[in-house]
Parts: sequence; structure tokens; C-alpha cells
Amino acid sequence: MLNVEPYSDLMREIKSGRFVFTGELEPERTTDLSEIIESAKDLKGHVVACNVTDGPQACAYMSSLAASYILQKETGIEMVYQLVCRDRNIIALFADLLGAGALGIKNILALTGDHSAVGDMPDAKPVFDLDSAQLTYMIHKMVDEGVNPYGKPINKPPKFHVGVAANPNADPLEPEIFKVRRKVEAGAEFIQTQAVFDIEAAKRFIEETKRFNIPVLVGIFPMKNYRIADFFNKNVPGVSVPTELLKKLEKVEGIADKNLRKEKCDEVNLDFFIGFIKELRKTPAVGCHIMAVGYERLTPKLVQAVR
Amino acid sequence: MIVVKPKLFEEIRSMLQGHERILIVGCDGCAGIYETGGLRQAEILKQRLELAQEIKGDRKISVRALTVLRQCDDDVVANSLREAVGEADAILSLGCGVGVQTIADAFEDKPVFPGNNTEFVGMMDRSQEKLFERCHACGDCILDQFGGICPITRCAKGLLNGPCGGQVKGKCEVGRYTNDCAWVLIWKRLKQRGKLDQFTKFRPFRTRQHSPKELKLAITVSKG
Repeated sequence: MLNVEPYSDLMREIKSGRFVFTGELEPERTTDLSEIIESAKDLKGHVVACNVTDGPQACAYMSSLAASYILQKETGIEMVYQLVCRDRNIIALFADLLGAGALGIKNILALTGDHSAVGDMPDAKPVFDLDSAQLTYMIHKMVDEGVNPYGKPINKPPKFHVGVAANPNADPLEPEIFKVRRKVEAGAEFIQTQAVFDIEAAKRFIEETKRFNIPVLVGIFPMKNYRIADFFNKNVPGVSVPTELLKKLEKVEGIADKNLRKEKCDEVNLDFFIGFIKELRKTPAVGCHIMAVGYERLTPKLVQAVR
Repeated sequence: MIVVKPKLFEEIRSMLQGHERILIVGCDGCAGIYETGGLRQAEILKQRLELAQEIKGDRKISVRALTVLRQCDDDVVANSLREAVGEADAILSLGCGVGVQTIADAFEDKPVFPGNNTEFVGMMDRSQEKLFERCHACGDCILDQFGGICPITRCAKGLLNGPCGGQVKGKCEVGRYTNDCAWVLIWKRLKQRGKLDQFTKFRPFRTRQHSPKELKLAITVSKG
């Protein structure tokens, strides 16, 4: 797919050779996106595209397809529609992808999805009819060959770029690297990684995946307050927030004045992530995926500081 | 073998409410071997039901406990139970879900209740004194490709292209990192055997058989 004219702003930016920034938005248990639309506007001009999560941590939130469409339309920012295999069989996945094509979605992030057992409806039947590599393959067939998985032709096939996730923190790392290889073989065009705090882990991952010749955007997770940092540290598999960073955020939490607290929190994050991104820019990574969910105000400052 | 686990006693009592002549049928097959539904368990359950009835002053019940060679054979069930079933107004099977259905088909006019929950197809690990799920009976065995470790059964998501992001240090997020990640086990085993090329291969989705499966017997059976 990399030889065709890009369908999306994201892929154009990746191909341009400029360092790419993407953001992330998370629709929650609501029908109202007005707050997210407002905060997403802060990201315009600073990120080239924004991911829209699909039931993160297996929580039943607003459909990521509906949210992707509305957010793209209302903010003018291109969205990356995250699609997980947990809740839909191959029929539903295929149908949603056709819908996404009709709604003007240009990028898909194909994910397996967290198991329903860890979510807010733990008795839900987990589907996993496909996994992320197989979903990637199905999308590749739809876009490049214009057929469904059984070879039946699609009238006006969709034009998507398909990305995948990977975890540079994975321990052991080797099976994770092999999995990346399979996803590339299946048709993946870019990688957005799980949040990384350890620059050495990011470098190792980039080095290990260099041979697959796939653009990598390394994920970072700026934290709006200590509570979020602590939750992330305890609940996201395989990622730990450095103790020193946690301590700094804890200290900021003790500041009584709200505005000063916000300011100091931004300082702590900027201090850490500016250094991180500057190091990252020395590697072959093509960009950075900023998962500042609910903390959109930091992104412009961060991007400006490292541009 | 098929692993069964006894239902809670109160659930069994509640199912049997209103019945006076109860026949408890154990199974000498899997349930008997694993001592979760053999003759001994049938007799213990009989005593508990009688005792409960005495203590609670319920209506007088009569309970009979016996066992059959295997509940998953319609001839064995019909021949071994014909006489005993005649006197009963309810049958409680301590076999697996197959046993319950075989008895129910053989004696259509009698209510048959499950005394056990059928858990999985598993293996016994004597050193840990545990039974582990090992097979989903998917009808398309691919164990040759995975170093003898089944990803369909042992990966919580049944992935063909694992591991997923939910593994940490070889443990699975489902079950709060107490269970092994099947894909890390597969990777270790294939690596040890010098077969990592099998691990790195992309696997497309599988074909599935949706209707209930049936097989023609390979042996000739005597009609009893």
C-alpha cells in the first residue's frame, strides 16, 4: 500500500518526512461529545490526526465509529478510527468498515482489544472472531483488492490506511517483535505504540522493528494529575510510570492554588516529555502519538517546544 | 477427560423440590475417575439429601444411589437404569452434560436434573492436585503448529496471532496475572525446539463448523 498516493493527511505527513504528531480522544459513557469537541479544537494544527478509542479497557463507551465521524466533522481534524475485535465478529467488522468508508474515515487502527473480563461489563461474551493481524489482513484485502475475505467484490471499495499497535515495554520482547512482523506481513502500514516512559525501551523497539520498514509513532502518556498517573501505573499492563515522575506529580498534587497546580503539573510533564521526544527524534521513529486524554491543553505546548 | 464440578447442595435441593423418589446416577467414566461424580459421590449426596429432609422436616423422600459404566452411551444407560428408573419420579445425574442428555433421551417421561456443572476438557496435574483445561474440541486440531500448546484453549482470547498486549512477564491479564500467557509458552517451546519460523508465521482466520457435530462410529457395536 505504501506505493500508492496517500489517502489520508496522516499518511501524507508520514511520507513527507516531517516528524509526525497524533493525538487521542476518548468518547465515554455519554451521548454528548461537546466537551471533547472543544478540547480537540486545542489540538488543531498541532497534531495531524487524532485516534478515537473503541471501548478502552473493555468499557462500553460511545461507538468509536459514530464518534470518529462526528469529531472529524466538527473539528476538521482527521481521525484514526480505532477498531477492536473483542465485540464484533467478522461480519460486523466488515460492515462497520464499509460504514467507515462511507462516513469519510481515512485511517483505521486495527486492534485485538482488551478482554471483556477486565471491563465494566465483565460478563459480556468476548468475540475475538479475528485478531488484530487478521483484521489488518481483511482491511488490506478490502482496500487493495476490493474484495471481502471470501473474495466477493466490493462496489466502490473504501480507501483506508491501516495501522496497528505494539508494546515496546513487552517482557519478553521477542514474541512481540515477531507479532509486529506478522502484522506487517498482513498489510499494516504504520505502528502507534503503547505508552512508553523509558526512552531506552523505545529505542530498543525501534531498532528491532527497523528491518520491517514500517513507520513507527511512539506512544507517550502525559498525565493531568497524580491520580491518573497512579491509576495508569497500577492498571495498564506492562507499563510503569518512573518513580521519580510519580513523586513529582504527587508533590504537585499538594499545591492548594488550582491555577498554580495546573501550571506546575504542566511543567513536570513538559520537562519529562520534551527530553523524551528530543531523544526520540534522534531515532528512525517517524513521530509521536500523544495520548493526553482529557489533558489536551498540554499537547500544543509540548509540540511547539519540540518542533 | 471431561471435568465436572458438583453444584452447590442447596441448588440441587431446590431443583429436586416436589420430587419424592429420587434416583442419583453416578458415572464411572470421567466423573468417577476424577471422583467428582462416581458411586461414592452419589452415596454421599443421597445421605445429605436424606439428612436435610430429616432436619428440615420436609416431605418424606426416598433416595437411591447407583452408578453406570458411562453415561455417554445410550445402550449402557438404557440397560443399566431401566429397572431403577421405573420406581423413580426424578433422576439426578452426576455425569457431564452429555450424561444428563443421554439419560433424558433414554427415559423421555422422567425429569433428569444435572447434579454437576460440566467445566471443560482437561488434564490432571497430580503434583499440583489440579485439573487444567486443555482442549476446546474445536474439530480442527492445530497443535502440531504450536509446540503442543493449544492457543484456542489456553489463550483467553483464543488468538491465532498472539501474544496480545495483555501479557506481562508471561502472565495473562485475564485472571489478574495468575495464568500463563499461552503465547509466551508457545514462543518458549518453539524457540527451545529451534522452530521459531512456525511462531512468526501469519495465520489467517479459521473455518468453523457451526452445526452440532456428528461422526460415524469407526467400530461395529453390538446392539444391546
